[in-house]
Amino acid sequence: MLSKKAWIGACAAASMGFAVSAATAQTIGFSQIGSESGWRAAETTLTHQEAEKRGIDLKFADAQQKQENQIKALRSFIAQGVDAILLAPVVATGWDSVLEEAQEAEIPVVLLDRMVDSSKDLYLTAVGSDLVHEGNVAGKWLVDATDGEACNIVELQGTTGSSPAIDRKKGFEDAIAGHDNLEIIRSQTGDFTRTKGKEVMESFLKAEDGGKNICALYAHNDDMAVGAIQAIKEAGLKPGEDILVVSIDAVPDIFKAMAAGEANATVELTPNMAGPAFDALAAYMKDGTMPPKFIQTESKLFTPDDDPMAVYEEKKDLGY
Amino acid sequence: MSAAGHLLRRIAPQLVTLAATLLLIAIVFPGFFEISIANGRLYGSPIDILNRGAPVALLAIGMTLVIATKGIDLSVGAVMAICGAVAAAAITSGMGLVATLALALGAGLACGLWNGLLVSVLGIQPIVATLILMVAGRGIAQLITEGAILTFSNEGLIFIGSGAFFSVPMPVLIWVLAGALVALVVRRSALGMLIEAIGINRRASTLAGINARVLLIAVYMASGLCAALAGIIAAADIRGADANNAGLWLELDAILAVVIGGTSLLGGRFSILASLIGAMIIQAVNTGILLSGFPPEYNLIIKAAIILVILVMQSPAVRTTLIFLRRDKTSSQSETEPVVQ
Repeated sequence: MLSKKAWIGACAAASMGFAVSAATAQTIGFSQIGSESGWRAAETTLTHQEAEKRGIDLKFADAQQKQENQIKALRSFIAQGVDAILLAPVVATGWDSVLEEAQEAEIPVVLLDRMVDSSKDLYLTAVGSDLVHEGNVAGKWLVDATDGEACNIVELQGTTGSSPAIDRKKGFEDAIAGHDNLEIIRSQTGDFTRTKGKEVMESFLKAEDGGKNICALYAHNDDMAVGAIQAIKEAGLKPGEDILVVSIDAVPDIFKAMAAGEANATVELTPNMAGPAFDALAAYMKDGTMPPKFIQTESKLFTPDDDPMAVYEEKKDLGY
Repeated sequence: MSAAGHLLRRIAPQLVTLAATLLLIAIVFPGFFEISIANGRLYGSPIDILNRGAPVALLAIGMTLVIATKGIDLSVGAVMAICGAVAAAAITSGMGLVATLALALGAGLACGLWNGLLVSVLGIQPIVATLILMVAGRGIAQLITEGAILTFSNEGLIFIGSGAFFSVPMPVLIWVLAGALVALVVRRSALGMLIEAIGINRRASTLAGINARVLLIAVYMASGLCAALAGIIAAADIRGADANNAGLWLELDAILAVVIGGTSLLGGRFSILASLIGAMIIQAVNTGILLSGFPPEYNLIIKAAIILVILVMQSPAVRTTLIFLRRDKTSSQSETEPVVQ
């Protein structure tokens, strides 16, 4: 499942292997997992954009979901003598030896988005989002929005047992703990998909007096929220007014819903992990500033006040 | 015995199971049977079952025919994803509704033709032949959508997924009509019997003059067409084609629906109506779990337990025991009739 951009990237990476970069610009290798989701495609696009902005020569390698491809890519980056490596690891284990090789070659490695189970000395830093914090931001928004009024919440969980589902649930529950006006009355998995989000919301509406009993919906991702919004509309209620909708991810389609007044808030899981990574690398190379071992990206809250249509236009071409 | 009586006897176990499942839900969720009309369409949990069960019901129609020929079609979930993607891509590129639907249904027929050729001309075992498209199909769909959810806003296409005709949701109307049409065609002509003949003994039926090759291809194409309808409905329902998730694992639900419907995986006798009831039983279980309010960790276990009970009740061993016990009781009074399988 390669998107067009990934194809171009993969071809570019292949051809760059033979080209000698004459410029003095930094050369940074980026080993990407693949393009299994729209979010990841957007991450790839943004990494290219951020590199271009800083005049960095980015060597891109698409691993097509295989660790062996990533290890191969890393070894070829080391052989080419790149200045630094960005790695979005497909799995957590099995990186020790290749990371040691990079260390021996004195090439700093920055992890993007996911962590590895190796010693912390083997990489410079990791850039990622805190999933618990994302849930927390969503919960705090609802606490402020309800302002002490009683509110029954229904929750659409992600895939049962997945870490985003567990962490986003925990963060939200932490945020509303101690606010007796807020109560989660139903919680069920929607598998992170639109179809299941819609189907589960339909059953929530039936089970809670046609939805009259529900004051807010918290969805672990935007896709489920988009499905649920349709279910709410089909039940004759107004999403965004009769039932508040808050979700996480900030994919383009939720901004369309927000512009139509059907969604109230979303917390961004930014696909721009490369920006902070490049900044940390620049500081490290300039005067050896050691970044913290984990750089947490901002979990920005978007509401209808943030000109959703403008954000939509900005995001729609990133490959989501 | 009359034809209607025969039919009733054939589907009695499925009807009893469906009724028992619905009653069970009504116990856990008392307001279950309430139906009203909201926004010009029927509204209520039983309607949700009929509506949400549409994809599996449609797949089960085609799957019943395929299984009756002693085959199996594992690719239907992937074909759903392909056809949904084709429909979304066509409508967003500015094609008309009729052309879009024709293209999507055509894609389903083409997928069925591919499966049919592999099975009947090359003689590859159906489970292997259709596995190819099951794996590759989702990739094809992802190529069409370029990995993203391809959304559209064409009212006509959306109507197929969430519109209503005389208050009846469109998906319900489509699967009921498709089921009735196929059942009539196979039962009011010799077609059904020919399909059963292939399933029982392909060689013998070929020798008897049945064009098994063409009939097999036609059956897989029918399955592809049903999958295309299901794919269009699934995409229209969420106003977008989700290549990663549309129809995911639904081939297994469709096979299960056919099995619950009492059609043997060894081919031969089949009942479209019983498979459709089987599909509704599966959806009733799904919807019931959602309404019950149990934590999601229990979903799969509850579903598996209920289906285990259903299949045990229908197993040959339990059936024979039941017949034996009944005969014991009534043997002195009257001669028992053989149970129609």
